[in-house]
Amino acid sequence: MILSDRRPAAPADRPAGVAAGNAGRSGWLLVLVAALVATCVLSIAVGTKNIGLGTVWDAFAHVADSDDHAIVRELRVPRTVLGLLAGAALGVSGAVIQAVTRNPLADTQILGMNAGAALFVVFAIGVLGLTSIWSYVWFAFAGVAFATVLVYTLGSIGRGEATPLRLTLAGVALGAVMEGVSAAIRLLKPRAFDYLRFWDVGMLGGRPLPIAEAVAPFILAGLVLAFAAARSLNAVALGDDLARSLGAGVTRTRVLSVVSVALLTGAATAAVGPIGFIGLMVPHAVRRIVGPDQRWIFAYTVICAPILLLGADVAGRVLIRPAELQAGIVTAFLGAPVLIWLIRRRVVTSP
Amino acid sequence: MSGVDFGHRVVIVRRSRASVRFGARTALVCAVLGLAAAAVAVLGLGTGEFEVPPGEVIQALAGQGPGATRLVVVEWRLPRVLLALLIGAALGLSGAVFQSLLRNPLGSPDVIGFNTGAYTGVLVTMVLVGRGYYETAAGALIGGLAAALVVYLLAYKQGVQGFRLIIVGIAISAVLASVNQWFVIRVDLRLAVAAAIWGQGSLNTVKWEHVPPVAAAVVLLAGCLLALGPRLSLLAMGEEAAAALGVRTERARLLYLVVGVALTAVATAAAGPVSFVALAAPQLARLLTRTAGIALAPSAAMGALLLTASDWFGQRAFAPTQLPVGVVTVSLGGLYFAWLLTRPMRKAGS
Repeated sequence: MILSDRRPAAPADRPAGVAAGNAGRSGWLLVLVAALVATCVLSIAVGTKNIGLGTVWDAFAHVADSDDHAIVRELRVPRTVLGLLAGAALGVSGAVIQAVTRNPLADTQILGMNAGAALFVVFAIGVLGLTSIWSYVWFAFAGVAFATVLVYTLGSIGRGEATPLRLTLAGVALGAVMEGVSAAIRLLKPRAFDYLRFWDVGMLGGRPLPIAEAVAPFILAGLVLAFAAARSLNAVALGDDLARSLGAGVTRTRVLSVVSVALLTGAATAAVGPIGFIGLMVPHAVRRIVGPDQRWIFAYTVICAPILLLGADVAGRVLIRPAELQAGIVTAFLGAPVLIWLIRRRVVTSP
Repeated sequence: MSGVDFGHRVVIVRRSRASVRFGARTALVCAVLGLAAAAVAVLGLGTGEFEVPPGEVIQALAGQGPGATRLVVVEWRLPRVLLALLIGAALGLSGAVFQSLLRNPLGSPDVIGFNTGAYTGVLVTMVLVGRGYYETAAGALIGGLAAALVVYLLAYKQGVQGFRLIIVGIAISAVLASVNQWFVIRVDLRLAVAAAIWGQGSLNTVKWEHVPPVAAAVVLLAGCLLALGPRLSLLAMGEEAAAALGVRTERARLLYLVVGVALTAVATAAAGPVSFVALAAPQLARLLTRTAGIALAPSAAMGALLLTASDWFGQRAFAPTQLPVGVVTVSLGGLYFAWLLTRPMRKAGS
């Protein structure tokens, strides 16, 4: 291993970001929106069967009874819509968690929320025998909310506040416990096992459009809450005491944030399964562009996270054609190196 | 075992060539835990479809009593109980090693990606080679060791530091978990279920022939730990303190990592990844012994007790359905965690 000699800048003299000034930030945002549109087009056109852009256009403008049109309208469009929604939800929930815990390593997977959603969905399918997304989407919410509250409570009980390290450890530990329990339920109920192994992997394909419609209201509500909390999260970033003296309602902000995270992660996880690392990677990358203002971070994340998720999905379709790598697998392979890079970069490793 | 333990009664036995020094309380705790483990073992040998009272179990172990009882107790049930004791002790030891090295009560072999890697190895083996006991064990060993090596190398940067090792372990585990997931959706359901049962850690399939290799490996590795002497408790005091006291820290840490990983590897190869015993045993033992650092012998005894009791519970709780022992330890682990995290925690040295 080569020893890296790079020393990170102290937080105080970290540059505000590549795009300084609101004009620059708005300009970059437009560029990213264009990139998002391009990714959506790719996601509709590319796959096991590539479809020309002209045909894609026809599928919307002049609907005909052809296979290509059916593929576009029945398979690719739901997949892309789901990718947009789930990507935005996962990305922003990651940004909110990182802000509210003041922990750059926070992620829905690391903090055990995916495991919580999975546990409750396993319970719904395995023990209660539910199979329609309309019923188990509620269990995914409940699971995320349950895990969030539990991890946060366990991480903050005792002396002192919820330090990032304790939250991370509480999340990893409780995540492991919940995974263990859901594994036990699965082993006792083979039918649930068979159904859930496809949910577990985290993928966009094979979900009809009504699923996206079902989770969209929750994701939109979660996004609104996140943006509502963004200003106070800027203050919370300075520490609880300073935030209070600046007039921010720290508890209110925390509650708003946790509700928003539960809505976003719960809805996204219910729809596409547990997909990790989107919420870790995107806010980090975005922070390098726009600096530390949460409002801009959230805005950029809403655009960038779907680019990443849809990009991962498209890459998964192309890489081992004609088979597919599920989006959750691609994001794990992309995200783990980012996490390792983040942790290696620090000289002082205790956060 | 002592970091700084003024005020503890210490017994020193000196002979011409060697001397042994141990805390009186630690020795007592080891003895009590050992007896408790033995008692649970006898209980486990006696219960099941064919009930045998404890007195007859001991007779059967001594080679007396009716042949049918001996067959059930010695031939059928004893290997399972022996392996539970051995694997529990191995996990307790490896947990003690990892928690001392990482200086973190949540340090365990799981954090270095060993278990997820072992699962990957088993899935690959099941798909490519076969589903026999030894094939599975070999796959687990190779997968687990490879994962641990990758995590160690990626966490290495002018030495390995605890928190970095944990986070790199999480990252690599996530990648491997997604690989496992991919296998699980591509193979047929029966293979996937078989792999998942293995992945929970289970003693349901062990036989007599599996006992000697595990016993030999555990004894050998425990011997290595003894030979390494007091360096572990010095390392647990911190990098600088250990170096100042004459420990070549990076080398000692590597040696301990190798032994700790090997102990986990033996346990995983024999029974699959049994979680939480390695995590809980050292801390519980430390509570009882009240030593400053984590002690090896009580951790091993506690691990043996925990695993034997969990296996007995898993067998009997929902009989005739036999829960894999890992499911029981995970549930115990949940309670343990809630308790561990709600305690006012001293700042862990991370």
